[in-house]
Amino acid sequence: MTAPARTGRLSTLAAALVVARRDFTAILLSRSFLFFLLGPLFPLLVGGLAGGIGQKVQDSADRPELGVAMSRADIAQLRVAHWRLAPQLGPALPELVVLAEVPPGETFDPVRAMRRDRANLAAILSGSLAHPVLTGPAERITGWQGRVALLTAEAQRSAPAATPSVRLAPIATSTADQTHGRVVTAQLGQTVLFLLTMLLAGMVLSNLVEEKGNKIIEVLAAAIPMDAVFLGKLFAMLAVSWVGISVWALAGGAVWLGAGHSLADYPAPAVGWAAFLGLGVVYFSLGYLLLGSIFLAIGSMATTVREVQTLSMPVTMLQLLNFFFASYAMAQPGTWIEFTAMAVPFSSPFTMLARAAQSPALWPHAAAIGWQLVWVAVLVRLGAALFRTRVMQSGPKRAPRRRWWRRAAPVTP
Amino acid sequence: MGSNAAGDAARPLAIEARGLVKRFEGFTAVDGVDLAVPEGAIYGILGPNGAGKTTTLRMLLGIIDLDAGLRRVLGHERPHEVAHTIGYLPEERGLYPAMKAYEAIAFLGALRGLPLAEGRRRGKALLEQHGLGYAIDRQIRQLSKGMAQQVQLLGTLVHEPRLVVFDEPFSGLDALNQGKLEQMIRALAAKGTTVIFSTHVIAHAERLCDEVAIIAGGKVPFAGPVDVARDRIRPQVRLETRAADGPWRAALPADARREGALWCFSLPESGVEPLLRALIEGEAGILSLSIERAGLHDAFVAIAGEAAARALAAAPEPEPSR
Repeated sequence: MTAPARTGRLSTLAAALVVARRDFTAILLSRSFLFFLLGPLFPLLVGGLAGGIGQKVQDSADRPELGVAMSRADIAQLRVAHWRLAPQLGPALPELVVLAEVPPGETFDPVRAMRRDRANLAAILSGSLAHPVLTGPAERITGWQGRVALLTAEAQRSAPAATPSVRLAPIATSTADQTHGRVVTAQLGQTVLFLLTMLLAGMVLSNLVEEKGNKIIEVLAAAIPMDAVFLGKLFAMLAVSWVGISVWALAGGAVWLGAGHSLADYPAPAVGWAAFLGLGVVYFSLGYLLLGSIFLAIGSMATTVREVQTLSMPVTMLQLLNFFFASYAMAQPGTWIEFTAMAVPFSSPFTMLARAAQSPALWPHAAAIGWQLVWVAVLVRLGAALFRTRVMQSGPKRAPRRRWWRRAAPVTP
Repeated sequence: MGSNAAGDAARPLAIEARGLVKRFEGFTAVDGVDLAVPEGAIYGILGPNGAGKTTTLRMLLGIIDLDAGLRRVLGHERPHEVAHTIGYLPEERGLYPAMKAYEAIAFLGALRGLPLAEGRRRGKALLEQHGLGYAIDRQIRQLSKGMAQQVQLLGTLVHEPRLVVFDEPFSGLDALNQGKLEQMIRALAAKGTTVIFSTHVIAHAERLCDEVAIIAGGKVPFAGPVDVARDRIRPQVRLETRAADGPWRAALPADARREGALWCFSLPESGVEPLLRALIEGEAGILSLSIERAGLHDAFVAIAGEAAARALAAAPEPEPSR
């Protein structure tokens, strides 16, 4: 051969890096990474299309009209009043539709008229301007009562009411807006975190199953500790995801800024944007490592894609519950529910990210990150141990053990 | 046979295992295996499929945990501590299909602690040395199965290990490549590398090994030098006589049987001289008489039993690679 060997024993971390480097390069150069990068475009595209169509349908369907059945004079005055008030009240004022001009001495049956098939008729105004009657579903007429009273009052005036000009003094945000904005930021952060962790944990699982198909896993297991194999695979996918997130952030940020937006337009999270984004990356990484280690353990038990789907389904459902739990806990700050959500390792990243949006204290994050790291270590060790016991079996297949509840075979003489 | 003399009790052991046990879901795959592999030896683990060969090797390498017993590999109870001095070729070969041949070798070396740049350099050199220079930049998926196997074999050796473990290394190779592999194993042993391999083909073990362990049903009924295994059964005598019958028949042992014109039987413990004397005095009219030392196959039958021998013979051989 060549020069004398210069090999040395690898530490677990160094061995993990050998695996991670190989996986990282392989994934980055694969077609699946391109699809991974393009992935967020599909829901955005579908969501945009569906939203646009839905809005159009809603716009055409949700234009409620107020039917009017009064004397000709009252109708004329109502029309003038509507014309005067429309600039002030805008869309809050319902459209007027004349159903009938009721001659003096005659009556109009609004209940029967409401039963007629007129799509957007929400209520009917009858009677007179002095004694108006509003007929319609209770919810609708309660909501319109004040507006109709204002309209009829205006109709009875000979001259328009003098409305003072209101000077607008806008501020960036109010306390109420800020609180609401932070809740929205927290919810958005949790949702993005959940979707990303699920996507990546699924990818790392597919990667392991593929590796088992390549039969290289035994070579890895013989050369380095299984802990290192697990860590390497987790780190590789994490690094891939960072690349992906960076690309998305740059592309999305460019589009967003190009559209004239800036972070200053939105209420800042309680810890500030820089710390929030930093914590987002940390909690995403930890959330992914926690879920990824579970999925890798599942991968060690499965040999086919179908088995993977069957085995990972309960974990996916549980993670969905964790996400809902963390979302619920966000609305219960300072209660035992929030503390439980912070302590449960799988809901902790979501809960803590929401907390970062709502509370300025940083020390709970240090504690939570330490706690989550401990669980990552525990789960990687457990997954590796499970892998060793489940995967590397050989020898002949044995018949399944007889179950005690099965009936014994009849004894033949 | 390997270059180093077998049976040297003073030679340090590359592998020492005592009472290895492995159970899978109530089934005992390996049941109290003892092994002692001297450094520099070529050591064969011989047994039919399902006998426990692969499980034993996996335990020795720390791929799976022991349920009971002790193992010491190159002086360490934890094999991963000396992983950088071990090379392992598993029975189920596997490489990353998208990797280039020299990168695959470098990666296997890196797993054993060889710096990646050095691994790449050695990978290219090894491929050139073994006539695969044209495949250096080809992806594994572009190689034939046999070439990919050779690439993995070179990757197993790229870090120049002190101990090489092959699990069924001849399986899937055509006769030409089997011969090359035998040469490579001899060359490794000549450099002082310990080689341990499992096989269900007795001929390979017989040609190569200093020592063997015969394994059947998870147990090792024999482990030691090949010559000692052969000596477990007495030499076989083949006799052809002119006389069909006569007093000389009394000289034949109880296991004598007729095979065409020949009498076949084990050489009596008293040796060949008393036998010859009795045949001559009994007027047998000896036409021919040959004494053959038992082969490893006969030794295997005698040691492991007919059932294990039948299983060994029935083991399917994978299709040779292109």
